[in-house]
Amino acid sequence: MNNALRTPGGVLGLTLTLAFIALALVAHVVAPIDPFASVGSPLTPPSRTYTLGTDDLGRDVFAGIVHGTRTSLTVAFAVIVIASIIGIPVGAVAGYRGGGVDDLLMRGTEAVQIVPRFFLAVIVIALFGPGLDRVVFVLGVTSWPAIARVVRAETLSLARREFVDAAHALGARTPRILIRHVLPNAVPTALVVISLNAASVILLEAGLGFIGLGDPRSISLGYLANNAQRFLRVAWWMTLFPGAAIALAVLGLNLVGDALSDLANPRRSGRTA
Amino acid sequence: MSGRYLLRRLAQVVPAVAAILITAFVVIHIAPGDPVLALAGQHGDAAYYAFIRAKFGLDRPLPEQLLVYAASVVRGDLGVSYVHGRPVISVVLERLPATLLLMTTALIASSIVGIALGVTAARRADRPADLIVRIAALVGYATPSFWLAQIAALTLALGTGWFPVQGITDARQAWTGWRYAADVLHHLALPALVLAINELALTTRLIRTGVLEALATDYIRTARAKGLPERAVVRHAFRNALLPLVTVIGGRIGMLCTGAVLVETVFAFPGLGQLLLSSIQTRDVPVLLGLFLLVSLAVIATNVVTDLAYAWLDPRIRYE
Repeated sequence: MNNALRTPGGVLGLTLTLAFIALALVAHVVAPIDPFASVGSPLTPPSRTYTLGTDDLGRDVFAGIVHGTRTSLTVAFAVIVIASIIGIPVGAVAGYRGGGVDDLLMRGTEAVQIVPRFFLAVIVIALFGPGLDRVVFVLGVTSWPAIARVVRAETLSLARREFVDAAHALGARTPRILIRHVLPNAVPTALVVISLNAASVILLEAGLGFIGLGDPRSISLGYLANNAQRFLRVAWWMTLFPGAAIALAVLGLNLVGDALSDLANPRRSGRTA
Repeated sequence: MSGRYLLRRLAQVVPAVAAILITAFVVIHIAPGDPVLALAGQHGDAAYYAFIRAKFGLDRPLPEQLLVYAASVVRGDLGVSYVHGRPVISVVLERLPATLLLMTTALIASSIVGIALGVTAARRADRPADLIVRIAALVGYATPSFWLAQIAALTLALGTGWFPVQGITDARQAWTGWRYAADVLHHLALPALVLAINELALTTRLIRTGVLEALATDYIRTARAKGLPERAVVRHAFRNALLPLVTVIGGRIGMLCTGAVLVETVFAFPGLGQLLLSSIQTRDVPVLLGLFLLVSLAVIATNVVTDLAYAWLDPRIRYE
């Protein structure tokens, strides 16, 4: 990889992110027990048998965190896929075509950017009932503006470069120029926004779970924190560990975003916190 | 800032408000079941549903319904909460002051401390103090607000007993005057501190980057070359570093509302968060829609104010 990812922050971020992805992929191996199953006596503090303790129903907190991480990352991944599918073409077309098309697309982008994602998700869940699919859909169709804006900015500057003129002169059509020549060069900057977006989606999903709007069929880190609230005085471990998992996952993605940002703007390297 | 800029910026409010209204309208109409349930809640009787149907013109064609809906929202009529038996707007406005108090306190505190930390870090770039501030900012930014609230409640409230665990006033005492204000401040301290930390982290990062970038510019080199003391040089750089902060605060207001709602939930702080939570439990959709519209309008309004402030602070900004 490039130098920017070899800074302490970049290494830590990449390690954390890859570790969480690995944990999510092999959740059933790391914690083979059902996170909803009552396995021990209720409210057991962390011990050798239950590394992170048990909750009020005797469910293993560690298993809950491992499977909850899987839920969080699945939602974050699905959301950024939807957001990229919308945001990248919108940004590329707006930046490349310019003029009225650009104006129209950017006004639309600004309108979507206003929508408070959390509050919209609350209404959708209240009306449609809880479920991961609608959370993914709502957050996906409202999270693309940031991606569209950076792709547009990159496309604007790239479209004036000589290699694009050269491709034109060779008779390449616009879609080919965009896909083969312009977009690959916009990838590092887009990835910065995408990783920061994934981090904010994890926080939003956890927040929804925390106010009791998670999917009751799949355990989530927000649900664990919500359940812990009632036992704050008696079971600190129920509060401490799920939240720490969220914070570490988000920290990892933010660090990756920072490192990628240094990669995309080498002049500011080491100058961003 | 020219009058033309002001007018054109204000004109952009119309499509923004329209977008929000259309979003709410679409959600109401694609939801499973009768849209009257979304507008009247699940607890009404047949006569009440008939009244709401007539009021929102639900038997008319969709475009007409949208106009009726938009007109009533613009007039401040957000429907009626059947659970509370009152108009949504009055239920929401009743809870608004506590949340505004919390958000304003957090925003002011985070701006002051964030600016101080950001400038300090920039002046000592890549030295230990800078490193500590940068790491703290990264961790603070990644921490979920509700978790931080729980940890604060666990340690600073339950652990030491320095702060109350919940509420906005002491239920056992009915203070008045200064004692009342002190009681509210005592209850406000922890929620505001927790809410401020996320913002503080962002402010610190922005100010640090901004000051560092400004310090590398020609006008600062000139200031140094003519022998200005370092304090004055930093003050020059700082003024330009404030500009991005203004924009970011405008863009963050939606996130700040989300954070406030979550933090209020932990501390049982009687603001919009408590209202959101109870409305979810009673499936009081009209109130939830009202909260969505209110936060959206707050975002739009803050964006306008920050854009105008930005144009006023930086005369180079022109609307083309």
